[in-house]
Amino acid sequence: MSTIAHPAARAGGHGTKVSPLRTRADRFGDRALFGICLLAALIAGAVIVLVGYQIAHGASPAISKFGFGFVYETVWQPNFGVFGAGSLLFGTAITSAFALLLGAPIAIAIGLFLTLLAPRGVRGVVGPLVELLAAIPSVILGFWGLLVLAPFVQSKLEPFLHDKFRFIPLFGAPQTTGLSVFTGSLILTIMVIPIVASISRDLFESVPAELQDGASALGATRWEVVRGIVLPTTSSGVVAACILGLGRALGEAIAVSQVIGAGSEIKASLFETGDTLASRIALQFPGALTELHKASLFYCGVILLVIGLASNLIAQWIGRRFSFGGAVNG
Amino acid sequence: MSGPLIPDPAAPLTASGNLRRRLIVSRAAEIAATAAAVIAIAVLVIVVYTVVARGAKAIDFDFIFTGYPTGVGPMLLGTIVIALVATAMAMPLGVLIALFLSEYAGSRAAGPLKLTLDLLNGLPSIILGLFVFALLVDHKQQSGFAGSVALAIIELPLIARGSQEVLLLVPEALREASDALGVARWRSVLTVVLPTALGGIVTSTVLAVARAAGETAPLILASSVFDPKKFSVNPFEALPNVPVWIYKLSEEGNPEGFTEAWGMSLLLVSIILFASLGARALLARSKRKLSSS
Amino acid sequence: MNSRLDLVNANTDAYGEEPSIPSRVRIQPGAEPQTSVNVDPFAVRTLAAPELVFDSRDVSIFYGAKQALTAVTLGIRRGQITALIGPSGCGKTTFLRSLNRMNDTVPGFRIEGRISYHGHDIYGGNVDRVEVRRRIGMVFQKPNPFPKSIYDNVAWAPRNLGLRRGLDERVENALRAAALWDEVKDRLKDSALGLSGGQQQRLCIARAIAIEPDVLLLDEPASALDPIATAAIEELMHTLKGRFTIVIVTHNMQQAARVADRTAFFSLETGGEKPVGTLIEVDETARIFAEPRDPRTRDYVSGRFG
Repeated sequence: MSTIAHPAARAGGHGTKVSPLRTRADRFGDRALFGICLLAALIAGAVIVLVGYQIAHGASPAISKFGFGFVYETVWQPNFGVFGAGSLLFGTAITSAFALLLGAPIAIAIGLFLTLLAPRGVRGVVGPLVELLAAIPSVILGFWGLLVLAPFVQSKLEPFLHDKFRFIPLFGAPQTTGLSVFTGSLILTIMVIPIVASISRDLFESVPAELQDGASALGATRWEVVRGIVLPTTSSGVVAACILGLGRALGEAIAVSQVIGAGSEIKASLFETGDTLASRIALQFPGALTELHKASLFYCGVILLVIGLASNLIAQWIGRRFSFGGAVNG
Repeated sequence: MSGPLIPDPAAPLTASGNLRRRLIVSRAAEIAATAAAVIAIAVLVIVVYTVVARGAKAIDFDFIFTGYPTGVGPMLLGTIVIALVATAMAMPLGVLIALFLSEYAGSRAAGPLKLTLDLLNGLPSIILGLFVFALLVDHKQQSGFAGSVALAIIELPLIARGSQEVLLLVPEALREASDALGVARWRSVLTVVLPTALGGIVTSTVLAVARAAGETAPLILASSVFDPKKFSVNPFEALPNVPVWIYKLSEEGNPEGFTEAWGMSLLLVSIILFASLGARALLARSKRKLSSS
Repeated sequence: MNSRLDLVNANTDAYGEEPSIPSRVRIQPGAEPQTSVNVDPFAVRTLAAPELVFDSRDVSIFYGAKQALTAVTLGIRRGQITALIGPSGCGKTTFLRSLNRMNDTVPGFRIEGRISYHGHDIYGGNVDRVEVRRRIGMVFQKPNPFPKSIYDNVAWAPRNLGLRRGLDERVENALRAAALWDEVKDRLKDSALGLSGGQQQRLCIARAIAIEPDVLLLDEPASALDPIATAAIEELMHTLKGRFTIVIVTHNMQQAARVADRTAFFSLETGGEKPVGTLIEVDETARIFAEPRDPRTRDYVSGRFG
């Protein structure tokens, strides 16, 4: 088979006379195309760097004023120029952890259902439907959360949980609106599930059939094949998928801001209002008047960027190091 | 009762030993997995049903084609303009990056580039909002263009990755045949490889646009102060757009506004869902065609 | 511990005689074998033919509209090695996999006729598939060890079954019976994927016999292996037979001649519109190869022997 040789030699090899002018144009064309593609690749890298720079730059007044204490101070009073992201960080952590703890098992179960349980027809319907859940814009999900989920939570779910589990401080007295950390966490759960489910599904599908056959042939039940073969071989990929889902939850601003109630304190009960880093930015930035206020919100962005990039990198690292196949990146 | 652990071969082929208990456990796991799928589908159905039920009554001719207070036409138009400008920036860039990955990059260059794309993909959209604010809005003014830049950054990794997958499926034989004819690399890429992959590239772009069209956070910071009565296609001032308007209406607490918001949600969700489903199906088909040829 | 595995290991002679255990024996770890029938041990050798483990009557197999096998009537006898030979695509693997219901998951699979196992219809209403596979084990063509340690590969199924007492001993016995113990005894915790192809296949055999099945189905177990590994597997089969009923699919006729007591020859019959797998002839191995009754059998076996 021919390789890509020097154009002139190639043309000469076929016995045709090619004018040097055209050959030079070809070489220029080759180099130009390569150059443009390379430029595009470099632009992508430059964008990330530029984003990081602008966020940090925008935060610098707040960083120099508050230092690292911003991360754990909880007082947030725009009118007095006092800003501390402690309660926001807490809210981010609680809502994301809840979303992951509730959403990941459901998503993994859905992945197992799609790969191992569902007949082909069902799989073809349920699979795309679960992915459609991810396609719903967050503002619409948040709007639905505001008008449908929050009232339901407030009238049925929170009282029920408060009744049964009031000895756990997490389940305190419901307040009037249903806008709470709990509702925000439920919305985030809905967003996390499709991401983890579709990656898990790809991972489970990639477990070789002969391994599963071998396990079945030893008189193992379906669950034992899952527990002993499917899950262990895909475990690191599933973990990476969960961390990617976590990253999604950490960064979600709009839907959370619509249902979480914009509280500014750290409270023990899930049924109280709260706020997250991303949501606070979305809620207060358009109306921020002072430079310090804006800079503090940029500082929240810095924290968000750091944990978002960190979780993304960790997920990549785990996915690359341990599991076979690039399903995590796909 | 459990029999001996090694069953009598001639006994009937019903569950022996601890198998009955293990089968119950397995059944319970199957039920749990099915329940999980049912939960997810149920949520989807409930959300879609709510949007349709509450939004359908808002939609009529005026709703789509006139401005505030009778309709949301300017918002629809603005969204289209913002999305088009964003795609005009993201698509060429994304395809070039995909070409770089499929035609030029060795594994050493491909790794960092793929990492970059994945990181871009993982950036929270509110951060992109802050970014374009700092770059284009602060000390200047809001603009649809700033929103487009943010949306372009969101679309870029999706277009690049989708196009790259399709480009990789273009048979090597096509490139080799072109080489054998003495055609320059750049010519065969532009006239042979790209056209073959075009279907997949277009559908990847459609999917990317569907994803970006629903993003609200960047537009809150870049294009949120606008006149909802005026139709405009000028991206250099703040353009009315659907996501921000839904957000504003949802925060206002006015029931009529809610109906309007449901109507817009229905329009947005319908377009996005149909575009997603259709593009995904077409993408799967063109991938299948390419890999079997 | 009296178990099938111990008795297998006692038979180290490759061509050892069948141990004199009468049929219908319930063997439990720690117990003396109880016989349910009073039989003079010497009388066993004079029985006309060992009992039928599998009795397949007029079995046809379909995948959707396509018919893979037609009217297979075949008996598999206890304690013997039965080989299924024939050209590729003639349905011998399909038939084998029907014996432990591994075809159930293939889309469009349908079976007509009856396959009895110790008198019970394998595809009957009350039959539990998992139980079938517990008693009828299978080793596949390509070795498929789990990505676990060597020990865990063998111990996995016994743990599921609740056979936790004496697990170390069980693993050792299985590895010994598969002629793998000496090679791996110092590295039981190493990953099974580090073994050579032949070792992996013997590990798969050890894995299958660790739960003391009644039958072992071997689907071309040596076809992916080099000649030396193949010879090891064949020698293994001689030590295993008697304790297990073995059915082996092989495309290698010499292997069938070396190893099997009885041989069944399958072929593709193009009589009807489409070719269908058919059982041509089944008999003692010696007779199949020396004086086959059917001309098609003669053509096949002589074509290879030359």
